[in-house]
Amino acid sequence: MKQSLFTVDYNVKLTFDVYKMRLVGDTSDITKPGQFINIKLDGFYLRRPISVFDCDESAVTIIYKVVGEGTEYMASLGKGKTLDVLTGLGNGFDVEKCGQKVLLIGGGVGVPPMFYLAKKLLSAGKTVSMIMGFNKESEVFAKEDFEALGIKTLVTTVDGSVGIKGFVTNAMDEVEYDCICTCGPEPMLKAVYDASKTTGFFSFEERMGCGFGACMGCSCKTKYGNKRICKDGPILVKEEIIW
Amino acid sequence: MVNTKVNLSGWELDNPIIPASGTFGYGYEYAELYDINILGSFSFKGTTLEPRFGNPTPRIAETPNGMINSVGLQNPGVDAVIAEELPKLRKCFNKKVIANIGGFAVDEFVKIVEKLDKEDIVGLHEVNISCPNLHKGGKNFGTDADAAYEVTKAVKKVASKPVYIKLTPNVTDIASIAKAVEEAGADGISLINTLLGMRINKRTRKPIIANKMGGFSGSAIFPVALRCVYQVYEAVKIPIIGMGGVSSAEDVIEMMMAGATAVEVGAYNLVNPYGSKEIVLDLPRVMEKYRIENLCDIIGGAH
Ligand SMILES: Cc1cc2nc3c(=O)[nH]c(=O)nc-3n(C[C@H](O)[C@H](O)[C@H](O)COP(=O)(O)OP(=O)(O)OC[C@H]3O[C@@H](n4cnc5c(N)ncnc54)[C@H](O)[C@@H]3O)c2cc1C
Ligand SMILES: Cc1cc2nc3c(=O)[nH]c(=O)nc-3n(C[C@H](O)[C@H](O)[C@H](O)COP(=O)(O)O)c2cc1C
Ligand code: FES
Repeated sequence: MKQSLFTVDYNVKLTFDVYKMRLVGDTSDITKPGQFINIKLDGFYLRRPISVFDCDESAVTIIYKVVGEGTEYMASLGKGKTLDVLTGLGNGFDVEKCGQKVLLIGGGVGVPPMFYLAKKLLSAGKTVSMIMGFNKESEVFAKEDFEALGIKTLVTTVDGSVGIKGFVTNAMDEVEYDCICTCGPEPMLKAVYDASKTTGFFSFEERMGCGFGACMGCSCKTKYGNKRICKDGPILVKEEIIW
Repeated sequence: MVNTKVNLSGWELDNPIIPASGTFGYGYEYAELYDINILGSFSFKGTTLEPRFGNPTPRIAETPNGMINSVGLQNPGVDAVIAEELPKLRKCFNKKVIANIGGFAVDEFVKIVEKLDKEDIVGLHEVNISCPNLHKGGKNFGTDADAAYEVTKAVKKVASKPVYIKLTPNVTDIASIAKAVEEAGADGISLINTLLGMRINKRTRKPIIANKMGGFSGSAIFPVALRCVYQVYEAVKIPIIGMGGVSSAEDVIEMMMAGATAVEVGAYNLVNPYGSKEIVLDLPRVMEKYRIENLCDIIGGAH
């Protein structure tokens, strides 16, 4: 973990309530896809945990949805604003353990961490496919980013306005895979868990006090013992999950 | 050169800065971030007789300038703490630590203190009596002067190290509880534990915390904590470890002027992981600002 200052490079609107922000700063502690950063916002006591969408030596990019006061404030930030950020949080996905034909499934703002993961899997020589689930066409974001990686990218929408009608699980039969990596709302994770025939890695969310393992605010029970979502997670292996 | 040393019942601390129980784990999480030997000491996570998972999640809510937690004393139990956590701590900490102890019956407190008293790394016991007393219909030990007296008396019998009783502010008259534990033989008093608070999610119209209510702490509670320390200082002669909302060296000075001999820093560590270290480093500058040479000279200076 590292605490450092980042500068907003851009902060653009992708859909009605989803934004993409590029933060320039020291990314040396972001070592694995699936990790998150914890952002201090002026006027808010607790930091806001947001997954890494993309990352290089000089900047980290995030995609976030406005759901409350903190993310609303984030949406108002312009280029040049500096933010105190903790980086390199969470266990992240273990690319080596992910199998050879990896199916990535993201729902809503569970899509972002799948992008950095897709890039890492591809550079490790693996075959990658992506299913992204949304409610309707106007909510879809980041599709072009995945397509630009040259991977099979399927979109599902609940109302059928674009892509396959229904939930992400309706698209799972169209892909061949030996491992699943997924992030999204808990009901979606559970549906994927039930529908998946292979092992997999599931990224969870919990309200956090610290984000680095000190407060026990984010604990959950697993078959391998109690875990802190922020430090021992957010990624749990399918076999250990207790719903 | 200013002198930041303070003395807790015969134990000399290099400085009065002590991360508070529940916000510093068993130390080694922070030892990955900085050399925690810079601290006066720290108080480890509330340890109970049996392992506890604690309360259901969500356990955390945000408040203006503070937070609410309902962790519910999650810890691996005293035996595992001695067998696993303390050996890890010894590798990164060469000072003595404060053993924070939680219990739900008098004999539980006694058994835990008996075990931890034998550990060389323990400097003093900090007995958290803000827990429900299962033998008294769940009534909080810390809100009942008789129960507080009884626990203190029982624990003192088995402890060779100083016993500090940690008080809850959720009472009408905190000074009367403080007097009761002093009379029972407590070597010192720690205060305050969290205030009872809650938040509601206006979209779902439900409490945010699964347990509905939780402990409110952070900068927002500083004036309440300061008032409690001030009142208790007037009521007792034993030393006080003051805490509640402390987030700067300025706060430390103010807390000591109210009557604290040492100061714990809680929630601030969670939002600023280097917070306690920064306070230690800033303390000499702030002492000079107020023309303080010996920190211990200002204890209770506001009375
Ligand atoms: C590991 C992790 C990764 C995440 N990645 C992303 C991401 O890439 N994109 C994205 O849009 N969102 C992500 N989230 C969710 C994001 O943290 C919340 O939407 C955000 O904190 C809401 O803040 P707010 O102030 O707008 O909401 P408010 O409701 O006003 O926030 C109040 C408090 O509750 C917390 N909180 C509220 N909702 C959540 C939630 N769903 N999860 C955790 N804490 C919450 C806030 O952090 C804050 O402490 C992630 C959460 C976690 C735990
Ligand atoms: C997440 C969290 C966990 C806590 N756990 C304990 C505990 O196990 N035992 C205890 O005596 N106090 C516990 N406390 C209370 C703190 O030690 C401290 O008394 C209180 O938070 C006030 O200080 P602060 O405002 O600086 O946080 C906890 C506080 C927080 C925020
Ligand atoms: S949020 Fe503090 S331990 Fe996970």
